[in-house]
Amino acid sequence: MIRLPFLLLFSALLFSAGVYGVLARRNAVMVLMAIELMLNAVNVNLVAFSSSLNDVGGQIFALFVIAVAAAEVGIGLAIVILLFRNRASINVDEVNLLKW
Amino acid sequence: MTAQEYAFAVIAAVGSISAIAVVTARNVVHAALYLVVALLSVGATFLLLGAEFAGWVQILIYVGAIVILFLFGLMLTKAPIGRDTLDNAHRWLGLLVAAGVFAGLVFLIQGAFPLDAPRFAVFHATTGAVGESMFRDFVLPFEAISFLLLAALIGAIVLARKDEGN
Repeated sequence: MIRLPFLLLFSALLFSAGVYGVLARRNAVMVLMAIELMLNAVNVNLVAFSSSLNDVGGQIFALFVIAVAAAEVGIGLAIVILLFRNRASINVDEVNLLKW
Repeated sequence: MTAQEYAFAVIAAVGSISAIAVVTARNVVHAALYLVVALLSVGATFLLLGAEFAGWVQILIYVGAIVILFLFGLMLTKAPIGRDTLDNAHRWLGLLVAAGVFAGLVFLIQGAFPLDAPRFAVFHATTGAVGESMFRDFVLPFEAISFLLLAALIGAIVLARKDEGN
């Protein structure tokens, strides 16, 4: 027996920490980590509602989100390594080739 | 408070502190290790909510695979250490936006689900029930996800490999 708002508040805190990380970090790998925190906050919400509504659909969506997160990390780290190879830096504020 | 709520309070406290430590740590490897703790607490929350398959997948995929990928990324890029090199100049603006997001979410949550809402009995979803639902109701999304994963991994190999010709 558990109250739903506690779970939602935990998820809100994880999401806000992720938002801060994406906005404040310069290192591209740290930005990816903060994105993972935000995806996990969404998963907590999905599983919490799945458990309170007696429906496995939410858990399946959480599994899909985990799979998409794995794909995103693979591509993201490949881009980061390519960036490091070309610019010798992975600071996101120094990547301004497309900025006019 | 019920026993499950006490357990969740401990898990959520550990998870929240380590999630904040992930985005404030000055050492990138420490941040990755804090991320392990945060992801483990999310996995423990899943187990507490009766979602055993999702909980073990969370622990295996995130802690076992994704964090290792992050550590590889950190080692391969020789990330510097220190707040000035890790955070950009707009840190306070980011803090303001994050605090605004949190305040907005708390406002919406307590409006929709008041803190004294009735407790719900945890729904124990067995792995069999999850598999049955996934392959009966969600076959097409499942196939789409597996194709996406294949395409993403091939794309990652193509991006990260060195070109031999030039």
